[in-house]
Amino acid sequence: MIPLSWYLIVAAAIFCIGIYGVLARKNAVGILMGIELMLNAVILNLVAFWRYLTPSLIGGQAFAVIVFAVAASEAAVGLALIISIYRRHSTVVADEINMLKW
Amino acid sequence: MTIAQIIFIAISAITVIASILVVASRNLVHAALWLVLSLAGVAVLFVLLQASFLAVVQVVIYIGAIAILIIFAVMLTRRVMRETKPQVNRYWWIGALAALLLFVTLVVILNQVPSAASSVSELPLPEEDLLSMLGTALVDVDGFVLPFEVASVLLLAALIGSLVIARPIKLDAEEGDEA
Repeated sequence: MIPLSWYLIVAAAIFCIGIYGVLARKNAVGILMGIELMLNAVILNLVAFWRYLTPSLIGGQAFAVIVFAVAASEAAVGLALIISIYRRHSTVVADEINMLKW
Repeated sequence: MTIAQIIFIAISAITVIASILVVASRNLVHAALWLVLSLAGVAVLFVLLQASFLAVVQVVIYIGAIAILIIFAVMLTRRVMRETKPQVNRYWWIGALAALLLFVTLVVILNQVPSAASSVSELPLPEEDLLSMLGTALVDVDGFVLPFEVASVLLLAALIGSLVIARPIKLDAEEGDEA
């Protein structure tokens, strides 16, 4: 059978790739893709722990559903912000979005 | 090695490679398509974990909504980022180092956690009973009705918020004239 640690290692790999994307990408949409990868790794971890450690409690799956909802709203608001910034300043490069600097 | 293990290794290899291509592709549309493949791989992993509902939710919400939303955003903001320019910032190697360091740390720690070695047990109920249990728990007063409602309100707030944030500049200007 598949040990739990395999799932955790795959989730850790996806999470770290997502971190690299968030830290290194210039394009704000690319940064958002990194965040999506990280959230997905977190959900994979939650489901793996639920299946292996507490399969009789449904809380693990319920928690994962809540994380799905949060991820969806995060993507919607983030992309709306990016499109709004693009309309006003014609840029999606994270370095150039410095309107809050005085 | 059992068939389940072979399937797991193949699927996770596809998922991890697709994730790497998400952060490494120069063309953002390609990156978004690799993201779809990576999310689909995670959906298959959910199936292997016998979480059928979450696999379906993954396909519907992530692939069906979020990935398409990202592709839309890429196409709306396409002209500014030429593929010939570097797609990563000056400090990309620090990011790569941090990610690698975190991964190594996580794997080392995982080897010391006792529960990480636990093997899978039989599901206590048949899968369809678990599904109805999840449905009941999400609307049960003794279960998760409060987090469920909070998530609904959060989604509604995000919906309204993104509508307000992303509306055209012209509308803002007209309101400014009236004020």
